[in-house]
Amino acid sequence: MTARDAILAAVRANQPAPAPPVPPVPLFEPASLSLLEAFQNSLASMGGKFAPAPGAGGLDALVRSLFPDAAVICSATPEVGGTRRLDRNTEAAALADVDVGVVRAAFGVAETGSVWLSEAELQVNALAYLAQHLVVLLDPHSIVGNLHQAYHDPRFKTARYAVLVTGPSATADIEGVLIHGAQGVRSLTMALVRPGAEPARRPNSPRH
Amino acid sequence: MRPVDHAEASSHFIEAKAHLEFHDRRLWDLRLKRDRQAHRIPEWEELRNLASAIKEHTLSHLADYLERFEAQAKSNGAHVHWARDAGEHNQIVYDILSAHGARTLVKSKSMLTEECDMRPFLEARDVKVIETDLGERIQQLDDEPPSHIVVPAVHKLRGDVSQVFARTIGSEPGNNDPHYLAEAMRRNTRPYFLGAEAGMTGANFAVAETGSFVVCTNEGNADLSANVPKLHIACIGIEKIIPRIEHLAVFIRLLSRSALGSPITQYTSHFRAPRPGTELHIVLVDNGRSQRLGMQDFWYSLKCIRCGACMNTCPVYRRSGGLSYGATYSGPIGIIIDPAFDIRKYSTLPYASTLNGSCSNVCPVKINIHDQIYKWRQVVAERNQLPLVKKEAIRILGKVLSDPRLYRAAISATGLAIEHLPRFAIYNWLNPWGRQREVPEPPKQSFRSWYVENRGQP
Repeated sequence: MTARDAILAAVRANQPAPAPPVPPVPLFEPASLSLLEAFQNSLASMGGKFAPAPGAGGLDALVRSLFPDAAVICSATPEVGGTRRLDRNTEAAALADVDVGVVRAAFGVAETGSVWLSEAELQVNALAYLAQHLVVLLDPHSIVGNLHQAYHDPRFKTARYAVLVTGPSATADIEGVLIHGAQGVRSLTMALVRPGAEPARRPNSPRH
Repeated sequence: MRPVDHAEASSHFIEAKAHLEFHDRRLWDLRLKRDRQAHRIPEWEELRNLASAIKEHTLSHLADYLERFEAQAKSNGAHVHWARDAGEHNQIVYDILSAHGARTLVKSKSMLTEECDMRPFLEARDVKVIETDLGERIQQLDDEPPSHIVVPAVHKLRGDVSQVFARTIGSEPGNNDPHYLAEAMRRNTRPYFLGAEAGMTGANFAVAETGSFVVCTNEGNADLSANVPKLHIACIGIEKIIPRIEHLAVFIRLLSRSALGSPITQYTSHFRAPRPGTELHIVLVDNGRSQRLGMQDFWYSLKCIRCGACMNTCPVYRRSGGLSYGATYSGPIGIIIDPAFDIRKYSTLPYASTLNGSCSNVCPVKINIHDQIYKWRQVVAERNQLPLVKKEAIRILGKVLSDPRLYRAAISATGLAIEHLPRFAIYNWLNPWGRQREVPEPPKQSFRSWYVENRGQP
C-alpha cells in the first residue's frame, strides 16, 4: 500500500462521526466609520505610512521626493517610471539591489489595513520583499470593509500567488521590541490615488 | 527512556530571576493585547463558534477533503507527496532536494519540521538548512529547540541573543541593542535568500476547494523563501485542511489577534500554483494525526491552529518556560498533544496545569483543553505511569475526600498543624507546593463549624 493510501485508509477508519456541514459564513458588515478612515487607522497601527497627494510632477516625482537617496526605483506599474525596468521574466534575485519597489494594489481591506497583491500586480513576486522600501498605490474606492468581503474576491481562486500585505515586515522576537524591516521591506508607504493617470515615461536605458 | 521531569526542569528556569520575570510579563502582555483585539469585534464569540464548527466538520470528513485538496493541487501544477511519519517526511524532502542538486535550504518557521526533527537529518546529508524567522534562527544558532510555537526565543533576553550572535555570526560582542541585532541577522541572511537553491515553508491552512495553502508571517521571510529560489517545498500536517476560501476569513480574523494581539500578520500569503519555470512540492504529513483522530476524548486537539494563546495565558507555562516541557509542543496545547506521541515519556506533562480553564477560554477554535488535560491524567494513572509519591498522595486524598468524618478531622488537624508546627515540618520535600510559596494562613473556623454554630445541624 502506498503511503497515500495508508494515510487515507487510517483517516477514514478513525475519523469521528460526521459533524454537520458548516452554514455559509455571514459577511459581518462592519459598522459606522468610513471605509477610508478605518483603513487608514488600521494600516497606521500596523506600521504603514501615507504619502501626500502627488503634486505637479505626478507619481514619479512623488516617489522620488519620498526617497531622495534611492539609486534604484523599480516599478511594477506603468504609472511610475522609476529607474529600472521590470517584467514578469525578470529573475527574482536581480531585484536584490532595489531601494524602492512600486506596485498598484488590486484592493484594500479596512478592517486590517491590508492590500491585495498577486503576480498580476507584482510582475515578480519578490519585488514586495527584496526591495528595501515599498510604495503601494491604492484606489481609495477599492477598499472593502472586512476580511469576509475580501475573501469573496474571485481572484483568490485564480491567482497563483496572492498576498494580503499589511504594513512593512516586522519582528518582535527580541524582548518584544518592535522592529520594522525584519527580512522584507523596511517601510511601506501608501499612496491613495485613483488609477488612470498618464502613464509615466519609461527610462530610455535601464541601469543594468 | 526516562519520563520528562517538568517540575525539575522548571526549577532551573525559575532560578534565573530576570528571565522568569520578563517571560511572565511579556507573555501576559500578549494575552492582554489579545483581549483588547477580541473585545473590539462584536462577533468574536460567533467567529470562535464558526471556527470550531468548520474544524469539526472538516476533521470528521477529512479523507474526502484531503483527496479534494490533492486533486486540486495537482491540477494547479503542484507535486503532492504523502508521508506516514517523520522518517518518511524527512526522506521525501531530502529526495526532492537532491533531485534538484540543492545544497542550501532557506526555510520559514514550521512546528511540523521541528516535530520531524528534519534539520539534523538534512544536515547529516550535507544540506545546509537556514532558519529565517528571527526567533527560530536564534534558537538554531544556539542549538536549542523553540520554546514557544509563535515566539521561539521568548525565554531569551537581549544579552543572550547578543552572545549567541557574537559567537555565531560575528556581531559586535556586548552590543545588546535589539535593532542592531535584528539588522545583523538581516544582513547575514540576505545572501542565503539570494543563493539558496530551495525554499521551504509550512502552512497555517490548506484549502480543499482550491488546492492552495496559506502562510501567515510578520517578517517577510516565508515569502522570500518561497518567491526567490526556483524550488518551493511546503510541509503540511493533514489536519490543516479547511473546505473553502471563504472559511479563511474566519481563521485569519482569529489567528493573529489570538496569537500576538494584532489584527492580522503583516503577510498573509496564499500559494496556489508554482511560478512559471519553478516547482512547488507539497508534503502532506500524518505522523500520528490519523491515530489521534480515532481517540474519542482527544481528537479535538487536531482543531488547533497553533496561535499560542493558551500558552500565553497559562500561569504554569509563563513561570516554567517552554523548554521545561522537553517536547516539541509546550504549554497547555503541548500537554494534550505530546502524550499522544509517547505516553511514558510525557507522563508528567498533564500535571503541569492548575486546571484553571483559562486556556479553553482563550482558544480561538474552542478546544476543551483543560478537560483534555484532566482526561490525560486519568489515562496516565490507568497506565500506571504515576510516580509513587503522587500515587500514594492521591490514594490517601481519595479516602479522605470520600469520608466526611475523616475529612473534617483532617481539616481541623491541618489548621492546627499550619499554626503550630515548626517550619521544617511544613516546608520540606514532601510539600513541593511550599517550595516557592508560603502556605496560606488557616481560617479561624471551618465553614461546617460556623454553620453548626449559626444554623444548627445540617
